[in-house]
Amino acid sequence: MLHTFVVYVEDRPGVLTRVASLFRRLNINIHSVTVGSSERVGLSRITLVCEASAEAGHRILASLYKLENVVEVDDVAKAPAVTRELALIKVRVTPVTRSRIFELAEVFRARIVDLAPESLMIEITGVESKIEGLIEVLNEEENCVTEICRSGKMTMRRGQHTSSVEHAMRVGLANQPQAS
Amino acid sequence: MTKKDTHEHLTTPTRLTGAEIMWATLVGEGVTDVFGYPGGAILPVYDALRKFPIHHVLVRHEQGAAHMADGYSRASGKVGVAVATSGPGATNLVTGIATAMLDSIPIVCITGQVSSKLLGTDAFQEVDITGVTLPVTKHNFLCTKAEEIAPAIRAAFQIATSGRPGPVLVDITKDAQQASTLFDFEAAKPAPYLPHPMLRVEESGLAEAAELILNAKRPVILAGHGVMESGAMEQLRTLAERTETPVAVTLLGIGGFPASHPLNLGMMGMHGEAWVNSAIQEADLLIACGMRFDDRVIGTPSTYAVKAKKIHIEVDPAEINKNIKVDVALVGDLSEVLDQLLPRITKRDGSAWLKTIDASKGAIAVRDIKNLPDSGHLYAAHVIHDLWRITGGNAIVATDVGQHQMWEAQYYHHEQPRTLITSGGLGTMGFALPAAIGAKMACRDKEVWVVAGDGGFQMTAAELSTIVQEKIKINIAIVNNGFLGMVRQWQEFFYERNYESTPMVSPDFVKLADAHGIRAVAVTTRAEVAKAVEDARKHDGPFLINFMVEKEDSVYPMIPAGSALHEMIRRPGQSALVESAED
Ligand SMILES: Cc1ncc(C[n+]2csc(CCOP(=O)(O)OP(=O)(O)O)c2C)c(N)n1
Repeated sequence: MLHTFVVYVEDRPGVLTRVASLFRRLNINIHSVTVGSSERVGLSRITLVCEASAEAGHRILASLYKLENVVEVDDVAKAPAVTRELALIKVRVTPVTRSRIFELAEVFRARIVDLAPESLMIEITGVESKIEGLIEVLNEEENCVTEICRSGKMTMRRGQHTSSVEHAMRVGLANQPQAS
Repeated sequence: MTKKDTHEHLTTPTRLTGAEIMWATLVGEGVTDVFGYPGGAILPVYDALRKFPIHHVLVRHEQGAAHMADGYSRASGKVGVAVATSGPGATNLVTGIATAMLDSIPIVCITGQVSSKLLGTDAFQEVDITGVTLPVTKHNFLCTKAEEIAPAIRAAFQIATSGRPGPVLVDITKDAQQASTLFDFEAAKPAPYLPHPMLRVEESGLAEAAELILNAKRPVILAGHGVMESGAMEQLRTLAERTETPVAVTLLGIGGFPASHPLNLGMMGMHGEAWVNSAIQEADLLIACGMRFDDRVIGTPSTYAVKAKKIHIEVDPAEINKNIKVDVALVGDLSEVLDQLLPRITKRDGSAWLKTIDASKGAIAVRDIKNLPDSGHLYAAHVIHDLWRITGGNAIVATDVGQHQMWEAQYYHHEQPRTLITSGGLGTMGFALPAAIGAKMACRDKEVWVVAGDGGFQMTAAELSTIVQEKIKINIAIVNNGFLGMVRQWQEFFYERNYESTPMVSPDFVKLADAHGIRAVAVTTRAEVAKAVEDARKHDGPFLINFMVEKEDSVYPMIPAGSALHEMIRRPGQSALVESAED
């Protein structure tokens, strides 16, 4: 099954390697991983998506917690959550195809963010299927895609704030050594 | 600065160099001995050593330093410390670190690193050792500033010893060792240890476990290394005695429950006695205490103890349901969990099941090699049996890896925890001699024996000079069969006796010892064994015995890798060449 792990980690050199290394050791392919700042200073938030058995989920969760720089882990799995991805798509255009591509972008609620004589760049956010839908149509209709850059999934549970990071921060990070 | 100051500045912040801070922090953590080897990138540290009340054991290979730190820790429960230089010094530690990792041994390794401005430039003797050791340490630190050293080392000690213990490495750049800063031991203290958030010992789980235990007809306790790591020997004994439940131990669990205790079944797993594994296969309840259902213990998961409900008491949540699905998981420190569980457990009569197990032993003891009349042949079992008899089962024995290791586990009956020092998880040849040195440094008044094969002994034999330089008394028993015995056994059983690359020529170990100034004898008959062991014990100094044992003897019983526990290769009967009394 598809697992989506939301991991809060200390923002220090080498931490991403430790997280990635765990999946490598378990021989699990990471579908996507996004990392960025979180609501707390000094903590980054990772959304990591991978395919693994249901039982493996427990072990990954437990093993992630064993990493010293990991503060909180959540296996979102099938819980109600909002998942988004951002993609930048560069397409080849001619004066003939340009307007059709503008139309398509509009249908998909995408934006044109760069215009050049022979190419343009589309920005799209949404769920995976929406992004893939646009790419498919662009390829089918005009066969014009020259470059794709996707952010990977970002996930947040719906509803009330569920992160226990605040608590963990208070107890755990008061005095951590500077070195990583 | 005098040695006295080193204690004063633990309470009064003082300006020190990074190198001095390293030692001062170790002193503050209670370290008295370290094992190491100098080199360019760690020289400032060595230069500062004379100012501190720490004894440094100069090893002959950094692998030895890591194994010594490991043996020190296994024997005493304290944290062992190894020190090495950058590059090759650091990479030489890796096998020792991995050995400690797989057996959950708390050690701290400190390595020198090239100066911070040279990091990542392939400078002379630069190796990314925090990268290299990432998968074989619990955690590691890179310190590029003097201020980072004390907090990193203090955190390293906390991490190494907390939860499921393990090795931690601290890599310190040369410029960080040379720079000076204010050393404040108190301020460098890590935040209070946060237990793993998935530890879970619930009322319902305890109640369910108690219920299963009280209603079981054929229960078996599986006792692992966690018994010792958690110091749960007493609680384990209470549980076993109150419920009259037999106890099977893992290789690393040996010593956690006295061998002579009537409820002790012996070692389980690949080379466990038949009655132990049969009891597990027949059981209706397994109570796993601080063990991890390793593949060497379970054979194939799908055929393992299928009739049994399973209770797993374990400190590492990642071990729950990893190899074997369990019915009740009590995830926490073993002695704490048992403290909570025991009040719910009342007396129970286990005699019927114990009788069944006893009956299943049958004639096994009669076929046991140690009970056969002297045939003029010397078997390893005799050696270990006599060693056990003469030392009263109370010596610390450090084994290497191979057949002799399994014979040690079978024939040396350990009464005390922390007296069998052996590499179980990684199975590291070359472990015995350095680990014994570490154990002896930690327990100066204990009798320490090395039991090693002729192959493994040669992997780290250079540490003989360490023994001499340190003037320590260690006795060494080489079980010399002229083969890489355990591999030869697999070739015999599974590769049609194609003894490819397992016959091994060795030096004359008596002369080798002699060259080191170590007293030694060779023993070729069963009649000489006891005298040699006694001579070794009496001799005031290290002593080596080269036991020339039967070349093609095998360890029985044996469960072939990947088979079910009951599909074992049994001891051959009287007709088989290797075990016959008459041949
Ligand atoms: C470092 C290392 N290399 C290889 C092995 C594989 N191995 C396991 S047992 C063994 C043979 C050991 O032979 P010896 O030391 O003579 O002991 P014996 O089995 O004869 O008692 C070997 C090669 C290992 N465990 N460790």
